[in-house]
Amino acid sequence: MSGSRTDMLKTARAEPLWPRPPLWVSALGAAALALLIAYPFIFTTSFSQHLMILILLYALMAQSWNVVAGLSGQISLGQAIFFGIGAYSSTVLFAKYGVTPWVGLMVGMLLSALAAVAIGVPTLRLRGHYFAIATLLIGSGVQIVFQRWDWVGAASGLYVPIERASPWFYLQFHTSKVPYYYLALGAVAIGYLVVWKLRRSRLGFRLQALRDEPDAAASLGIAIARHKVLAFMISAAMMSVAGTFYAQYVLVLDPERLFSAEISIIVLLMTVLGGSGTLWGPALGAAILVPLSEYSRIWFGGTGRTIDLILYGILILLVCMWRTSGILSLLEERIRRRAEMP
Amino acid sequence: MSPLLDVSGLTKRYGGVTANADIVFDVNEGEIVGIIGPNGAGKSTLFDLITGFQQPDGGRVLLDGHDITGLRPDRISRLGVARTFQKLKPFIDLTVTENVIVGALAHTSDMKTARDRALESLAFVDLLEKRNNFARELSTGQRKRLELARALAMSPRLILMDEVTGGVDQRSIVGLIALVLELKQRGVTVVMIEHNMQVIMRLADRILALHAGRPIAFGAPEQVRSEPAVVDAYLGTVTDAA
Repeated sequence: MSGSRTDMLKTARAEPLWPRPPLWVSALGAAALALLIAYPFIFTTSFSQHLMILILLYALMAQSWNVVAGLSGQISLGQAIFFGIGAYSSTVLFAKYGVTPWVGLMVGMLLSALAAVAIGVPTLRLRGHYFAIATLLIGSGVQIVFQRWDWVGAASGLYVPIERASPWFYLQFHTSKVPYYYLALGAVAIGYLVVWKLRRSRLGFRLQALRDEPDAAASLGIAIARHKVLAFMISAAMMSVAGTFYAQYVLVLDPERLFSAEISIIVLLMTVLGGSGTLWGPALGAAILVPLSEYSRIWFGGTGRTIDLILYGILILLVCMWRTSGILSLLEERIRRRAEMP
Repeated sequence: MSPLLDVSGLTKRYGGVTANADIVFDVNEGEIVGIIGPNGAGKSTLFDLITGFQQPDGGRVLLDGHDITGLRPDRISRLGVARTFQKLKPFIDLTVTENVIVGALAHTSDMKTARDRALESLAFVDLLEKRNNFARELSTGQRKRLELARALAMSPRLILMDEVTGGVDQRSIVGLIALVLELKQRGVTVVMIEHNMQVIMRLADRILALHAGRPIAFGAPEQVRSEPAVVDAYLGTVTDAA
């Protein structure tokens, strides 16, 4: 090896393992974090707090889709299955057996991960669009089952019993939305931290590799099917957490809404808009689309129910025209490339 | 001593077309074996059969005496067999270093160790300068070296290279030849598909010639080159010469 090459290797080894974001990005991040923590004290109306709780829950849901689709490249159209499982697990355990929703949360994650194995093992070994089609159909099948299942209230669903004592044990706060806000923020923080770690781990790299080139990934020793199922399990567990918090927040289970294909598709739209495969893209997408949906409902009322979907469509079109990987990928690429660094 | 790779009777059919028929050859530890043959001779199919990307209809592949016929590609890879693809397959959304890290992660889950191993591998193929570029920004020649670096980062015992010099300019070919020779020095066993006769005659210890899916010669380079069947396959049979 020539001398200059040895020098360059030395320089390369001295570089940080992970590129540091530019100062302005760190500053922006710190400001956003401060704003998120202070939010309920700045915006004290019930509506503005409700809006932010929804944004946070959707940010978590979109990130769950991002893990299976953005990282491992498998387009799931059945995320609502796990949203519903999370909602039902916590509510059924609470309503029928008095079990705290915290346990329900864990049970929901476990059941969702198991459901992901059951769905993923037969479908994820197929290449092409089979996985997307299968998840979409299984999703509507699961919805029908829950709509007919008398034990869990069939089509009319279930109510979460009102409990005024020990609010943190029962996850019910009847006087303020602020605790719900911080619960949602905490869930998002943990979820995003997990994905941040995942993206820098062996598993994360392997998922990205098999997403880009499955054959090359296999030639490097990566068990393709097993890794896809693993990504789907993590995604399902995350989605389930959002389902649990959502159900304990709205206090009612409606299979029509919880298992709807609309939920599966909206988390896709958010992620694609914000930046599929990036860490913050799903949050950005949620922060754009949730207010769009809520405000269009306010402005146009019941007649404008689908206006938000039209707006979504236009936004996605714009993303596709400008850049196929979403808004944030532009930024992330610049940081990762370190082109501007000395 | 038994050969590192021992292929016998390997056969693959697609409907009525026989892509590989009864292929027999072996590769000793530390050896460079070249595979030549006109387009469509079945060279890449042979690689796919050995590395598990396609299932043979007959025959056997032994690695170090163990039967690996029909195992999944990732399992064969974990036994120390690396390969490159003729149609290059870089992970286009990852940087050059990240591409090679994926290979290095075969033996470690520590990212720092994997990164340093990746950088060494990149230095070996002389691609360090591009380490922070995205793989999609590389030229064909650079992509070939990236694929080699990625495969080498998993410290294979045996590497199968599919046309590393194809579509590469003359200056880079010299570098690639030096690279393969250095690999051999390090004790890596190499099987390479190669169209460039000058390159393969210089590098290979033994050459397997294929024609229409069948082995037509296997032996030392000079011997294979002067084999009438090989000359025929490359130049065509001169039957109606005036």
